[in-house]
Amino acid sequence: MSRKASDVLVDPLVNNNPIALQILGICSALAVTSKMETSLVMSLAVIAVTACSNLAVSAIRNFIPSSIRIIVQMVVIASLVIVVDQILKAYLFDISKQLSVFVGLIITNCIVMGRAEGFAMKNGAGLSFFDGIGNGLGYGLVLMFVAFFRELFGNGTLFGIEIFQLDRNGGWYNPNNLMLLPPSAFFLIGLMIWLIRVWKPEQIEEA
Amino acid sequence: MEHYISIFLTAVFIENLALAFFLGMCTFLAISKNVKTALGLGVAVIVIEGITIPANQVIYSLLLKKGALSWINSIGIIPTGTLDFSTVDISFLSIIIYIGLRSGLYQILEMFLDKYVPVLYNALGIFLPLITVNCAILGGSLFMSERSYNFTESVVYGLGCGIGWALALAALAGIREKLKYSDVPPPLRGLGITFITVGLMALAFMSFGGIQL
Repeated sequence: MSRKASDVLVDPLVNNNPIALQILGICSALAVTSKMETSLVMSLAVIAVTACSNLAVSAIRNFIPSSIRIIVQMVVIASLVIVVDQILKAYLFDISKQLSVFVGLIITNCIVMGRAEGFAMKNGAGLSFFDGIGNGLGYGLVLMFVAFFRELFGNGTLFGIEIFQLDRNGGWYNPNNLMLLPPSAFFLIGLMIWLIRVWKPEQIEEA
Repeated sequence: MEHYISIFLTAVFIENLALAFFLGMCTFLAISKNVKTALGLGVAVIVIEGITIPANQVIYSLLLKKGALSWINSIGIIPTGTLDFSTVDISFLSIIIYIGLRSGLYQILEMFLDKYVPVLYNALGIFLPLITVNCAILGGSLFMSERSYNFTESVVYGLGCGIGWALALAALAGIREKLKYSDVPPPLRGLGITFITVGLMALAFMSFGGIQL
């Protein structure tokens, strides 16, 4: 318990971002980011699952035999994801339809698994809970950044509200269809990493 | 025979799990620093896909699919007329069962590598448990049950998926080894330029999209 809760919460935002530095949880970052709305719901779902799974895994960490720890962690995570999926279906049915399989794929999102294995197995329950929230927020930050550019330049809208009037609706903006294709998320995340590392030069890798 | 070749080629090139569906990206980006480790991981993924997908196919067709449990009727443990098992459909359990089976397989692979191939075990480090959450394998299993492949088809499909993923990984590792000699701006070095490289590779692979076999 050498580190404080506030450090654990703030660190993953920029200094140790799960996507930009730890290379965790990239698949869903590509698939759900073509719209701001879906990315926001996805980020909230991931924050909830990461925080709760860290809490649960950390609380039972002294009872898990290390040879079957992966199965135990997967069961905890899978149960939480099913709960989140059911809640979304009950209260946000339209968005849950758009997210479709990607809520299920939170199970295979390595942020959740990576933090459970790398942090919650070694630290107390309270600290792990904040670590989960912090990492979920770091993930959400990247998702919102990518979704902002993809929706604005690909569709001329933000949260479905028109910002640039499209030329097919009589406006001036000719949408960039590349932004709607998944590879554009790669370029945007690459550029975002570039920006973060200009700001925080200590993250630069030795070539 | 042609049917199997077509399934195989589709899985390797047209529907490449890494570059067309973007599955298994985390391991894909993290382990592609040099060709040697990339090939090691690639082989591991081919083996895992080749075992897991057919194993999941057996479980899906014998236990989960609608009507798959009808064999219980013929055993005669349950008195006829009380419960008709041919109408039971428990395919909603498929994700958690696939995950459970896979985690078990990895734990076995981890112990096996630790004992017999410690070099590879040390090289893969934390990423071995993370292959458990590699969505390439769950994705492969879900596509398999969605397309209702039979057992032989699922073996071919599993191997094809694994080989396609390993091929993309080896290609990226090769590019990254060459990138060491180029003059990349310092903040973009490492992960940043890798993302942009993968983006370009994915655009190139989109050109396989229109091919009909």
